[in-house]
Amino acid sequence: MTMPIRKSHPLFKILNGAVVDLPAPANISTLWNFGSLLGLCLVIQIVTGLFLAMHYTAHVDLAFSSVAHICRDVNYGWLLRTLHANGASFFFICLYMHTGRGIYYGSFLYLHAWSVGVVILLLVMATAFLGYVLPWGQMSFWGATVITNLFSAIPYIGTELVQWIWGGFAVDNATLTRFFTFHFLFPFIVAAATIIHILFIHQTGSNNPLGIVSNVDKVPFHPYFTFKDITGFIVMLAALILLTLLNPYLLGDPDNFIPANPLVTPAHIQPEWYFLFAYAILRSIPNKLGGVIALVMSILILLILPFTHAAKFRSLTFYPLNQLMFWSLVSIVFLLTWIGARPVEDPYVLTGQILTVMYFSYYIINPLTLIWWDKMLD
Amino acid sequence: MLSYIGRSSQFAPALKGTAQAVANGLRNVVPGAVDAAAPELVQKAPLALTPASMAKRCPTGAVVAKAGLGATSQVRYAHTDIQVPDFSAYRRDDVKDTRAKAGESAPTRSAFTYMLVGGGTVTGIYSAKAVVSQFVSSMSASADVLALAKIEIKLEDIPEGKSVTFKWRGKPLFVRHRTDEEVSTEGAVDMGSLRDPEHDSVRCKEPKWLVVLGVCTHLGCVPIADAGDYGGYYCPCHGSHYDTAGRIRKGPAPLNLEIPEYSFPEDGLLIVG
Repeated sequence: MTMPIRKSHPLFKILNGAVVDLPAPANISTLWNFGSLLGLCLVIQIVTGLFLAMHYTAHVDLAFSSVAHICRDVNYGWLLRTLHANGASFFFICLYMHTGRGIYYGSFLYLHAWSVGVVILLLVMATAFLGYVLPWGQMSFWGATVITNLFSAIPYIGTELVQWIWGGFAVDNATLTRFFTFHFLFPFIVAAATIIHILFIHQTGSNNPLGIVSNVDKVPFHPYFTFKDITGFIVMLAALILLTLLNPYLLGDPDNFIPANPLVTPAHIQPEWYFLFAYAILRSIPNKLGGVIALVMSILILLILPFTHAAKFRSLTFYPLNQLMFWSLVSIVFLLTWIGARPVEDPYVLTGQILTVMYFSYYIINPLTLIWWDKMLD
Repeated sequence: MLSYIGRSSQFAPALKGTAQAVANGLRNVVPGAVDAAAPELVQKAPLALTPASMAKRCPTGAVVAKAGLGATSQVRYAHTDIQVPDFSAYRRDDVKDTRAKAGESAPTRSAFTYMLVGGGTVTGIYSAKAVVSQFVSSMSASADVLALAKIEIKLEDIPEGKSVTFKWRGKPLFVRHRTDEEVSTEGAVDMGSLRDPEHDSVRCKEPKWLVVLGVCTHLGCVPIADAGDYGGYYCPCHGSHYDTAGRIRKGPAPLNLEIPEYSFPEDGLLIVG
């Protein structure tokens, strides 16, 4: 019997090995849908972004009105803009769910895939930050000013570095044009990194909720997980369309409807919701450089997880105490998100500081508790 | 299902199999068991321990045995104690009766499936077409461009004998207030002498007013008004001459100057576009 074309053709066999005949654990849950959902989010952002870029002008005098032109004059421009803005929010929902799944089920033990994943998270965060500057509203301008000013905390080279990033002495036209360039470029780097991420996953096969070797119970990716992923796509698209069509500016900031004014700072500068937890951590440290380091470490600390996992079992499924700690971590992140939106006043300052300590403590206390639990049951 | 760790044709003679085939009562564990009571008539061939011959000796029932160097031997009943759940809540009514022939309900069942798939495909194609159309149409002229697609001109501002240039849809628009002499001259031109034959009355709705696009039909330059050998327009790029009806009379241009859509909704008012 001749081999089917999907297995013999040089191009098709790559796709076949990824989405058709790929052996997948039979027991992976809905939490395993977020990988493919992230791919869908990336496609939506690239396609809508591409069409927005046809009408957007990256110049300080024209950017704000070009976005208004898109929303008012361009055919379906309003839909492109709102899909792109809300698509970014869904991107981060999926990112955080995907990362949370990885933390809970010990997927980080796939070191290469996990490392590339953290790189992708950082790239997407950078892309979102750059993109938010482009409408050139008040929040765009001042968010860019605050975050780029963080680099001035770097000793010796800080001030020069920031002026080099700005292309001048403040956030201005040079900054806007290069931010547009990088916002356009980064998603394609994310796409390449995603392919590498998937390459590494396919070396080992997926993890599963039990955290044990699943070779005895694998099913082909198609039709089980192709159809399961399609179901996930429909659910996410429905949510995205509902939000976009019913309340498109729910997650936005009203201050961004005011054109950027370098001489007037809004009373309450805050980033979009998906950055608020990191923003709270940044503001919790009274020292400028310390705050910047804490901000960076709040993401980079994910990289130590593979090296601190000393438990007998891979996932937290069999560790009730650590499950409690995991959900505490989730609650801490939610609370930090809330704090990030509050002004820098009592009682929010102290609350934010306590929550920051609790956030970083998780990564120390969790592995210690795992070891203690194993010892206790032995 | 058998999981036999350490099974290897190279090491097979050295390995002592401690696996035990355990019957679970469902079916014969080892197929083709030899009848030890039968007399041996010929010398038995030496047992060749190859993967194929060992596979024939493997139990085919639902049992798992493990043996090998450094591995503890064990026997497990893999998946023999799992109860298959009752899926009747999900099954179609036609196939719930195990005694009924599936072929009898097959046409109804397949018709339903095909209708569902067909309907879903049509909906999917319609939705996909809508999405693609929306993206494609976002590249079409936007509302502000369309708003400038029409131009209103007050004709009383243009003196007789003069040609005025306006910007319309990004291109120059010539509006010429022709004299009576120009009208009669152009009306008398022989069609046979024209490269692009068009009578003057066809080109001008109102004989006194010429409305043409100021784009040379050769390679797109803007002709100069009141110039050339025919009193109309002259294109300096490659020497095309147009008359006061905008028709090409001399030079490399192949066609007459283009006439846009226009109307005179009321006296003294011209609308182009």
